[in-house]
Amino acid sequence: MTTPAYEHHEYDVLIIGAGGAGLRAAIEAKQRGLTVAVVTKSLLGKAHTVMAEGGMAAAMGNVQPEDNWMVHFRDTMRGGKMLNNYRMAELHAKEAPERVYELEQWGALFDRTPDGKILQRDFGGHRYARLAHVGDRTGLELIRTLQQKVVSMGTDVYMECKVLRLMRDADGRTAGCVAYWRPTGEFVTFAAKSVILATGGVGKSWKFTSNSWESTGDGHALALWAGAQLIDMECIQFHPTGMVWPLSVRGLLTTEGVRGDGGVLRNSEGQRFMFNYVAPMFRAETAESEEEADKWYDDHTAGRRPPELLPRDEVARAINTEVKAGRGTPHGGVYLDIASRRSAEFIRRRLPSMYHQFMELAGVDITREPMEIGPTCHYIMGGVKVDAETAATRVPGLFAAGEVAAGLHGANRLGGNSLSDLIVFGKRAGAGAADYVESGAVASGFDHAEAQSAVDAALAPLSRAEGENPYDIQRDLQDMMQINVGIIRNAGELDTALAALEVLTERVQRIAVTGGRAYNPGWNLATDLPSMITVSRCTALGARDRHESRGGHTREDFPTADAEFGTFNFAHSATQGTWDGEIVTERSPLLVIPDELKALLEEAH
Amino acid sequence: MTDLTMRIWRGDAGGGDFVEYGLDKVEGEVVLDVIHRIQATDAPDLACRWNCKAGKCGSCSAEINGRPRLMCMTRVDQLPEGPITVTPMKTFPIIRDLVTDVSFNFAMAERVPALLPPPMPADGYRMFQQDVERGQEFRKCIECFLCQDVCHVIRDHEGNKTNYAGPRFFIRYAELEMHPLDTNDRRDLVREEMGLGYCNITKCCTEVCPEHIKITDNAIIPLKERVVDAHYDPVAWLGRKIRRRAKRSAGDAAVQPAP
Repeated sequence: MTTPAYEHHEYDVLIIGAGGAGLRAAIEAKQRGLTVAVVTKSLLGKAHTVMAEGGMAAAMGNVQPEDNWMVHFRDTMRGGKMLNNYRMAELHAKEAPERVYELEQWGALFDRTPDGKILQRDFGGHRYARLAHVGDRTGLELIRTLQQKVVSMGTDVYMECKVLRLMRDADGRTAGCVAYWRPTGEFVTFAAKSVILATGGVGKSWKFTSNSWESTGDGHALALWAGAQLIDMECIQFHPTGMVWPLSVRGLLTTEGVRGDGGVLRNSEGQRFMFNYVAPMFRAETAESEEEADKWYDDHTAGRRPPELLPRDEVARAINTEVKAGRGTPHGGVYLDIASRRSAEFIRRRLPSMYHQFMELAGVDITREPMEIGPTCHYIMGGVKVDAETAATRVPGLFAAGEVAAGLHGANRLGGNSLSDLIVFGKRAGAGAADYVESGAVASGFDHAEAQSAVDAALAPLSRAEGENPYDIQRDLQDMMQINVGIIRNAGELDTALAALEVLTERVQRIAVTGGRAYNPGWNLATDLPSMITVSRCTALGARDRHESRGGHTREDFPTADAEFGTFNFAHSATQGTWDGEIVTERSPLLVIPDELKALLEEAH
Repeated sequence: MTDLTMRIWRGDAGGGDFVEYGLDKVEGEVVLDVIHRIQATDAPDLACRWNCKAGKCGSCSAEINGRPRLMCMTRVDQLPEGPITVTPMKTFPIIRDLVTDVSFNFAMAERVPALLPPPMPADGYRMFQQDVERGQEFRKCIECFLCQDVCHVIRDHEGNKTNYAGPRFFIRYAELEMHPLDTNDRRDLVREEMGLGYCNITKCCTEVCPEHIKITDNAIIPLKERVVDAHYDPVAWLGRKIRRRAKRSAGDAAVQPAP
């Protein structure tokens, strides 16, 4: 055993990431009486969860009593194009209502039905009104509720602390991590019997994205390097309605709630084009005419659902096709119109933050004129392969929950299923880690000498007198991924991407950073880039090998789904455990769905 | 040839000064975009906080031309012609450049007694929209801490920080006090330890709130009224003494039946 070289802490459960999943996991582990710490790259309460707008899906049946977990399960699987881990979809649908009700005990204030229950709203791909919400700021409500609960329990929260590498003992068990404080640049080590990854997504590797600087795939990369597998990395959700103008806000999200509340999509010819893009799978439940669709908003039994509320992958592809066909807006999007369909008072009450966002950033009054919108990189369905019950990875003591984990959403996530994912599997990860710690079969020690190699790698860019600017590499990565691994892909572009990623890898090895270590964003970016490159490689590899189109993966050279590819996930491992080493991809068969659940999927609704 | 001059305060706890950067204007940009352009070119180590870039996370607070604002929601074309000055929030200790140590706020958050609701009925609580709306206004808060920054009680008097929660936490206390399910009583705490009395309702906090929360009118003044009622109205004082025992224990409190 070596002695600590840096500030050192010890915990039973260490949670990396302070979004919804991380905080929910912390509550669970803390309630078990264990020592728990949360480590976050930003300040507490700033995680990307705050960006979630529309709501969290839970089949409570408060608005439509015919809703139940079986329909939610079916919707989730169909939305995910059957690539899902069925067991996660089942647990999620069953447990989401209880997890939502629980939030009210901790202070959440959801919008109400006339009889005082939690109000639920319509969203794409959900058969019934299912999203518990607070106006269009539901993510903020979730994070503040969990944050206040975590603080009231006296949980240790380490803010502005960036994790560089996970540590394992000689038997391969999770032993903790190496990190640094962003304000000072000083290093810190955490010995932990278990680690829960709750680091969110990877969207910062694309040019037009709704994701913040934090979404650099840290947890994905840490897991891969530590020996876990990543699956479904080619399945990236491009949200159909990002802002397109002004350029500086391009990619910023416009909530799906606009469409749930009556907004429609039109091309430059004024045509409500989504009626032309209803896939056979959804025809039986989608309206055929504007008249029928419009009746549905007032009375869900009077007509079928409007095609604007198809799952996100369908809508994003349709918008992409309209723009390519020359029917786009002046700034390369399409129109999202709620102004001509709802009163100004209704819009301001239901969509207050959208009203302010467009008014203040684009000078557009959404109560009077249509919005210009287009697809933006939003979410990764792929991530760490986990066990549905416990959120455990194949590395003993390592768990993952939320966007960093994969399986629940399959090839495409339904809107509203993300926030419910966080609380259902955040809790399960907390319990899984607690069970593991209590089992006693935990890591035997923390190797401080090995931690030093992570520190040395992080310091290397500061020691080079000249070299690459990290911001240049980030920009080139984003441009390259946008062009070659975007919403529509082909073999040639994906090969180009893989070659470009090799070049970018070499450039990252030559980064030189100016300034010191204290709150130096250039250096911080230099330590994020290895994660961004690693996860981008997995995405490009999976996209190249999946010779079909399914959910958040569309190939123009393989434009339809192929039943054979619907039987497995591509699973990636880093054989050398390094960010720039070899990545091996194999086929990992899907779980077999039991007959009684299969019957739910096939049932005609 | 540049047509935009940024004067940005750079330094650390040991001191610092303004540094000027010349750039070309880009249509539709906000101040945070300009900061990012400077980071990507002239000054990769220019420190600032940001996350969502959409006015939802409250990370990028600073003082722009002397006024506390979010950098991500301040459009360059809506500021007056001439150099744009960006300085860190004055009320908090400097870490580096535009980044300040806001841990005062997290320490205050730890001192807030949590919601104490009655046990939840099997099918969830019943609450009505008009009853949750008051609290919902305060829960719009994105914790940008601009209200704390502008509040003279702590901006000009460092020593008050030990016994003054500030506007952000007065709306938190108001939210809990007005919460339909809460059975806790925080009025003594707010008066005696959180310094509610120091606020002399100049409404500076309300003016800078990017979420347009009516901090003074809807939270601080009603909170002051509740505290005053409790302490200086003898009838209310007596009633409170009697009620208090019931309020102390969540287990004893009855679930409010839905009307």
